[in-house]
Amino acid sequence: MLLIRCPYCEEELPELEFRNAGEAHVVRSSHLADVSDQDFEEFFFIRTNPKGIIYERWRHIHGCARFFNAVRDTVSDKFLMTYKAGEPKPLLVSEPAKTAPAKPKAAAKPRSRKGDA
Amino acid sequence: MRKYSAFAIAREAMRGHKGWEQQWRSPEPKASYDVIIVGAGGHGLATAYYLAKEHGITNVAVLDKGWLGGGNTGRNTTIIRSNYLYDESAGIYDHALKLWDGLSQDLNYNVMYSPRGVMMLAHNVHDVQVLKRHVHANRLNGIDNEWLTPEEAKEFCPPLNISRNARYPVVGATLQRRGGTARHDAVAWGYARGADARGVDIIQNCEVTGIRRSPEGHVLGVETSRGFIGAKKVGVVAAGHTSVLMEMAGVRMPLESYPLQALVSEPIKPIFPCVVMSNTVHAYISQSDKGELVIGAGTDQYTSYSQTGGLHIINHTLDAICEMFPIFTRMKMLRSWGGIVDVTPDRSPILAKTPVKGLYVNCGWGTGGFKATPGSGNVFAHTIARDEPHPINAPFTLERFRTGRLIDEAAAAAVAH
Ligand SMILES: Cc1cc2nc3c(=O)[nH]c(=O)nc-3n(C[C@H](O)[C@H](O)[C@H](O)COP(=O)(O)OP(=O)(O)OC[C@H]3O[C@@H](n4cnc5c(N)ncnc54)[C@H](O)[C@@H]3O)c2cc1C
Ligand SMILES: [Zn+2]
Repeated sequence: MLLIRCPYCEEELPELEFRNAGEAHVVRSSHLADVSDQDFEEFFFIRTNPKGIIYERWRHIHGCARFFNAVRDTVSDKFLMTYKAGEPKPLLVSEPAKTAPAKPKAAAKPRSRKGDA
Repeated sequence: MRKYSAFAIAREAMRGHKGWEQQWRSPEPKASYDVIIVGAGGHGLATAYYLAKEHGITNVAVLDKGWLGGGNTGRNTTIIRSNYLYDESAGIYDHALKLWDGLSQDLNYNVMYSPRGVMMLAHNVHDVQVLKRHVHANRLNGIDNEWLTPEEAKEFCPPLNISRNARYPVVGATLQRRGGTARHDAVAWGYARGADARGVDIIQNCEVTGIRRSPEGHVLGVETSRGFIGAKKVGVVAAGHTSVLMEMAGVRMPLESYPLQALVSEPIKPIFPCVVMSNTVHAYISQSDKGELVIGAGTDQYTSYSQTGGLHIINHTLDAICEMFPIFTRMKMLRSWGGIVDVTPDRSPILAKTPVKGLYVNCGWGTGGFKATPGSGNVFAHTIARDEPHPINAPFTLERFRTGRLIDEAAAAAVAH
């Protein structure tokens, strides 16, 4: 089980208190009805799914209930840092910046999924 | 390839078993191939097998960064069924089920396909509605699936607790009698042997690190840990690593990779006659021919490539198993492990051409693609050989996430969520 630091509660707590909310810094258009099918697909369905450093959203659902962002290595599952929603995407020394820091989107339905066999 | 038969066993018994051949070669990669398949899991090997067998394309290599069958093919709980809701899914999964039926004979390799019946439990009104909807939809598609009362379910699977006071009461179940299990390793090995015998090179410990393209964008081959290998066509069949590979050709995918775990108990005498799945409390269970209970859990909530998952996930599954089958409460678990599954937004696979000429992708099978192995390889081989999809996989495009023609098995709740 992961140990996750909530940047609001300033405490490292068990994963059970948190809900993962997918890739961070995916910008939602303020005119969603006007975006092209291609841009909508990119926003809604396409994910970076990196092997390595991921920027992702978490929600402290059984605590302060707030969304925040985290930087994690998807190979070791180690967290590098967590930071508050709205703060710019931190640029890590080891990783060259590809895109400009963007404002994270506010809230989306937290998802959970189960295996199917 | 020397055929396996009862006679061969008798002959080898007389000769001290010294005459068995290696099942496949370990060749050095050639400079180039007509087709390179990236990923020697069941789907990749089946693709190569059918390319050679049905399309006469034998100048083929299957590359794997590890050993063949070492990915999800060798890590899954081997449940086979075809009772999916939508017509498109029914088409592809039942195509696979029909191939399972003659596969051991076709491959001359015992894949131990055992149609022992897959039962899916309903615990509440919503489950009843969803599962009955599946029964009706399946029947319209000519796929067997029937409704059982709790008593009938217990008769079919005696260890099941159908007490009304159970924590997860069983209010009914569906049963697909043609569903069952198969020996996962044997599936990979059987396809590998069959493909190798037809001239396909299976190259293990060969990691693909890049996809080389011409200035016009056409695929030229792959960079690997063993050097550049040229190819006219490349098929990516890499399950959890698909996003990483497609990124090498500049294609961003609608995929996320999650850990999915399974575990087995100590071996016991035959007690469990079928496969039981409960999507609502999330557990599935069967008994292997070795006697182990084979139990599948859910995915972790975060993406990962670590091939391990959280202990609380399998704990939760065992809680459910013990409630539904109190007879197992004192069993000991022997091993648990994880695989990395590639999940699409609509929980249906992608078997398609891509925007890159000469590049094909077969992925997104997520938590449930073992059952589809023969059908998937069969229609994907067609797609690569003819440069156009087979009617069965034609709906499973990459573009559906742009056009909106999803095959939304997720919302159809073949899976609870
Ligand atoms: C715990 C668990 C339980 C499951 N239970 C079921 C079940 O009961 N029923 C069911 O139908 N499905 C089940 N599944 C899903 C099923 O296992 C998969 O959908 C299926 O096996 C995928 O097969 P594949 O051949 O596509 O992938 P894999 O077998 O994973 O093969 C992909 C191969 O690609 C290779 N590869 C990756 N990157 C590279 C690279 N860069 N270069 C070269 N090679 C590379 C890997 O080494 C791997 O061998 C389960 C999965 C898991 C993890
Ligand atoms: Zn908090």
